[in-house]
Amino acid sequence: MRMRQHLLFWPILLTVALPFIPLLLWSISEQWFYPALLPQNFGTRAYQYVFGTAGNQILTGLFISTALALVTTCISLIFGIPAGRALGLYDFPGKKFATLLLTLPVIVPSLSVAMGLHLWFLRMGLAETFTGVVLIHLTFCLPYTIFVIWGVFSDYNLDFEEQARSLGAPGWKIIFQVMLPMILPGISIAALFSFLLSWSQYLSTLIIGGGKMLTLPILLFSLMDSGDRPVAATVSLVFIVPAFLALMTSAHNLGRNGMEGIR
Amino acid sequence: MGKTCSKRKIVDAVSTSSGRGRKTSFTRLFFLLSPALIIISLLFGGGLALGFLQALGYLPGQGFDQIGLQYFTHVLQDPDFFNSLGISLYISITSTLIAAVVSVILALALMRWAANNRAMHFILQIPLTAPHLVIGIAALFLLSPSGLFSRLFSQLGILTSSSHFPLLVNDRLSIGILTVYIWKEVPFITFMLFAVLKNMGSELDEVGATLNGSKTQRFTHITMPIIAPSLGGACLIVFAFTFGAFEVPYLLGRTYPMALPVWAYKNYSDVDLLARPEGIAIGMLLAGIIILAIVFSQLLLQLSRNRSFSL
Repeated sequence: MRMRQHLLFWPILLTVALPFIPLLLWSISEQWFYPALLPQNFGTRAYQYVFGTAGNQILTGLFISTALALVTTCISLIFGIPAGRALGLYDFPGKKFATLLLTLPVIVPSLSVAMGLHLWFLRMGLAETFTGVVLIHLTFCLPYTIFVIWGVFSDYNLDFEEQARSLGAPGWKIIFQVMLPMILPGISIAALFSFLLSWSQYLSTLIIGGGKMLTLPILLFSLMDSGDRPVAATVSLVFIVPAFLALMTSAHNLGRNGMEGIR
Repeated sequence: MGKTCSKRKIVDAVSTSSGRGRKTSFTRLFFLLSPALIIISLLFGGGLALGFLQALGYLPGQGFDQIGLQYFTHVLQDPDFFNSLGISLYISITSTLIAAVVSVILALALMRWAANNRAMHFILQIPLTAPHLVIGIAALFLLSPSGLFSRLFSQLGILTSSSHFPLLVNDRLSIGILTVYIWKEVPFITFMLFAVLKNMGSELDEVGATLNGSKTQRFTHITMPIIAPSLGGACLIVFAFTFGAFEVPYLLGRTYPMALPVWAYKNYSDVDLLARPEGIAIGMLLAGIIILAIVFSQLLLQLSRNRSFSL
């Protein structure tokens, strides 16, 4: 039994870890000619370039990416929590249609939507602006958030709100002191994954942002074209930091709630 | 488990109908739901509708006199369209099928030998959150003729020069693209199946065993029917995603024929402004194929459900 578990565990670990090995090696290499398995010279040039003064563009990209993802996530939560609550708690005519309306933006490629919206955004002065890019990210971050919050509310106990109401608590107090604390783990997961979704967008940002909104993925593509492998590898590693943080947090939440999350 | 959790909700949405809840007043529902639904309809519905108009030749200021199917017919008559469609279908169908088979085996293995192994579950979640772009770059560093594998084989004396290494990126069979997609999607499908298997418990399987069902019989008559809806839903999402995604085929694909999304964007961003409506038309065809796939699979599901009810 134990043996079988190891036979399963080590190949999986190796397969999952494999893509990160060349990224780590390239990011700390100064010289790595072909047949050598390991770099001939190690160094921190790439890191100095990314975080130092010369890499100003990359730091700006980091800032833009973060700001875009944060704003998108906040708006998604503001509109997503009420909608998720309605879908999780209630049955109503037209629920199937609402579900379809929410499913399509998650599944239909964002490039089709972005191409259509671009001309409209251009006329409204939203193209090549921060707001415009937030709006295109909202197109799929908002439905995604609603799906997470929907899941949270499908096993939500309304009795606590009833008790607070019978004790005379006003509506806003019920929202902020009963509902939000109860669904906080779910909200944090929704926020993290909406952040990640916006953070990893490439093409829709490029179409609507038109080269003005140089986010990290856009810079990463141009670095790949320029062929500076150590810098591209370093930016790739910076790019997966939020993903890794999200993973740690959701693992932490999972630890608290046991296996309820996936059952 | 957030991503799995929410994706499961989406899988539910495309595979089964879930909903047992209370009733409430229309006004309350309206206040809760309408802001979000209006934003989504405007941005998503509006985006597709405007895209469709532009693909029909509408340009603001020029009026509607150029409206017609000329861009669509032009795209559909272009042999490149069918080459691109072919390569995109090949990539998404192959990666979805391989990922599905691997996931069924992996989910059953996890269920049997590692149902409560925390470390294993954590490791399997890493591919869920890693962006496709980064994994595409890593695949380039690993699989290209001067990549890590080529270096490894030449150190081992198997290769004499990098030109002897088989072409695994920008190649005819799209090995690099398939590898990235399978790496990314296997954990996703596996977690979907694992959740169902865990809910199913072992009772049914034990009943099957007492009735002298062989391992294969129990798999085809007990396990498969139970996991089928989730497997179908997850595969549909994977298919739709891999069919419409741009980054990975752009990084790891050949310059000809291009995957459909790459070809759409190439036309869209062409310096020749006449190519732009054609690019949008390809984008609309892309969206149309995916919506058709969803509708078709829903109908199929409905049909099989009705049949099993009548039996």
